[in-house]
Amino acid sequence: MFDSLTSKLGGVLGSLRSRGKISKADVESALVEIHEALLEADVALPVVTEFIEIVRGRSVDALATVQSGSNQAQAIFEIINAALTEILGGNARRVRFAKQPPTIIMLAGLQGAGKTTLAGKLAKYFADQGNTPILVASDLQRPNAVTQLQVVGEGVGVPVFAPQPGNGVGDAVKVAKEGVAFAKAKLHNIVIVDTAGRLGVDATLMNEAIAIRDAINPTEILFVVDAMIGQDAVRTAQAFLDGVGFDGVVLTKMDGDARGGAALSISHMTQRPIMFTSTGEKITDFDIFYPERMASRILGMGDVATLAEQAKKAFDPESSAKLESKFASGEDFTLEDFLEQLQAMSKMGSMSKMLSMLPGAGAMKKQIENFDEGEITRTQAIVQSMTPTERRDPKILNGSRRIRIANGAGRTVKEVNSLVERFTQAQKMMRQMRNGGTPQGLPPSMAGMGAGMGTGMPRPGAKVIQKKKSKSGNPAKRAQEESS
Amino acid sequence: MGLFGKLLSKIKGTAHASAADWDELEVALLEADLGAKLSSRIVEAARSAKAENAESAIVAALHGALSKKSREIARALTGPTVILIVGVNGTGKTTSAAKMAAALAREDSQVLLAAADTFRAAAVDQLQTWGERLEIDVIHGAANADPASVAFDATQQAVARNVDYLVIDTAGRLHNKNDLMAELGKVRRVVEKIAPVKEVLLVIDATTGQNGLMQAKIFAESVDVTGLILTKIDGSARGGIALAIEESLDIPIKFLGTGESAKDFAPFDPEIYIQGLL
Repeated sequence: MFDSLTSKLGGVLGSLRSRGKISKADVESALVEIHEALLEADVALPVVTEFIEIVRGRSVDALATVQSGSNQAQAIFEIINAALTEILGGNARRVRFAKQPPTIIMLAGLQGAGKTTLAGKLAKYFADQGNTPILVASDLQRPNAVTQLQVVGEGVGVPVFAPQPGNGVGDAVKVAKEGVAFAKAKLHNIVIVDTAGRLGVDATLMNEAIAIRDAINPTEILFVVDAMIGQDAVRTAQAFLDGVGFDGVVLTKMDGDARGGAALSISHMTQRPIMFTSTGEKITDFDIFYPERMASRILGMGDVATLAEQAKKAFDPESSAKLESKFASGEDFTLEDFLEQLQAMSKMGSMSKMLSMLPGAGAMKKQIENFDEGEITRTQAIVQSMTPTERRDPKILNGSRRIRIANGAGRTVKEVNSLVERFTQAQKMMRQMRNGGTPQGLPPSMAGMGAGMGTGMPRPGAKVIQKKKSKSGNPAKRAQEESS
Repeated sequence: MGLFGKLLSKIKGTAHASAADWDELEVALLEADLGAKLSSRIVEAARSAKAENAESAIVAALHGALSKKSREIARALTGPTVILIVGVNGTGKTTSAAKMAAALAREDSQVLLAAADTFRAAAVDQLQTWGERLEIDVIHGAANADPASVAFDATQQAVARNVDYLVIDTAGRLHNKNDLMAELGKVRRVVEKIAPVKEVLLVIDATTGQNGLMQAKIFAESVDVTGLILTKIDGSARGGIALAIEESLDIPIKFLGTGESAKDFAPFDPEIYIQGLL
């Protein structure tokens, strides 16, 4: 997403930075390049024009007040960042909840935008927050859309109201209405209504959507749109806005390599916020949309805020606390702890997705895309092939034990050796940290897994560093701590 | 449609169109997703011609953009002709596979469908429902089965039953997922152990923007795409991206999907398409 836009904008800003003093002509030529980059990224023409005007006006003002070249470049960078954030919708709005439950969320969009898949992701998202959502199958057009929703619902453990088989049979309005009544009776606090995909120009289907809307009076209507859509985005969005109307936008297939112009256009043209993005085929590949974070990602500054949030979600506070106290008491970081961290990391989603949120990730795009996700699984397999004693004390790993572990994990002895080696280094680093030293390297679970992963990750025991030094009563251990 | 109508009527009888008129034309082409490169080439072609020749210059430029390759379905010399339907998620592969099979069956051919989209929830059911409607047999495997194994079984069945065509529906995949593209390559290789894959048709959604070029390029690299099916052409989108794909990758559009029923599927006719654009 946004890769080519990011690299183009990066180039333009880089050349501005290299100047001693920036003239109006420099700004103009930069604007021509930005104009081209935005068009190539499928941003709608009117939005491009407006964006360029905003940046031009503010940059000229900034040049008059800021003198030195590098500060001028920084000022222009900030202007572009702010303008991007504005175009992306300024401050995002979250889903409104109805004063009287249930909150009714209706999904609308073109065929193939990903409404049914999104319905499942949305249901999971709400269920994880302690709500009791129910899905309503009002797409009675597409063959087996109802079955698909049932399978999706089963997968996320959310009930599906589907009294009609679909495939062109049944009354979608009636299903929606009964679904809401059913939810009220069974005290579900959120109802998600999946509707048939329709073209903006198809009056019959648009009227059906309007009839559903009028029958159930939804709290939010979300317009679901494929991030790969082209210049038709604005026309389609406008047709839906004029037809059934909508309160928010959800962008799907954000994990593709689309240049994201639709994202930049729809929210601005319709004055409706983008609320969520769907970023992959897994049911958890679903994010809340933050305009400022997206702007920062487009400008190659990464998205550390999202990364930190995901880390927080994945690392269970109880086990973190356990690890912390263990750490404080002077006990060693063991392979068991290492395994736990690996498992938490794999819960955070794909490694390449996390890496791409780091500042400067654009420059290592190829490496990130080809990151071998199996590496984590293989490392886990090796650790899991060890006995508990071995995990606690890897020093006892002699040759024959290593052969056994390698066979058990289906890996080579060389791989076992390198894991043990990496782990020993990590352990040493943890000891340094405990003694208040600043380790020059990576957090333990990241060792050997790609550069720069430390940023924004919670480090078990990080608090301890400031709190105190080791108080080991064991003289041998004490000596070891002090020497390291 | 009617991208050029406004300009053509404006310049009729005058010697030259104004710069603003040409800009307007370029905007119209950009908004039809033809892309910056192709749009400016067409505008230049029209601009350099005399006003009375502008229309024929545009037609010639559009013709020049279209692929010269055949738009017919290639037939296998012996045994079943295997057609693989591929594309990114949500473009309408399953619907296109069914319509394609229906179109072939209408010509009195024996057709078999294979549901090798074992990933998306209920995709197999969706194709089976189509199969029942069209009275065409659908070969499928267990849920989450390996798609290559389903395709292999289906090809064996197609040979055993001596059908004329086997249409294989595959799971949608984003072209930047290397592992999923590799999986598609495997489907093709496995089928070719039994019968050659004569056609690999990439399904492109008419609303797709410039990203469609990347889709076509990478799918072509992985499975050697032989043609395009342009779907959802009944909406407001003009599907200009398909023209951009023809122009830059020389992959011909073979079929158009124009609606939701089985009949809404037609061979692509370049003359009608160009007339529509005018």
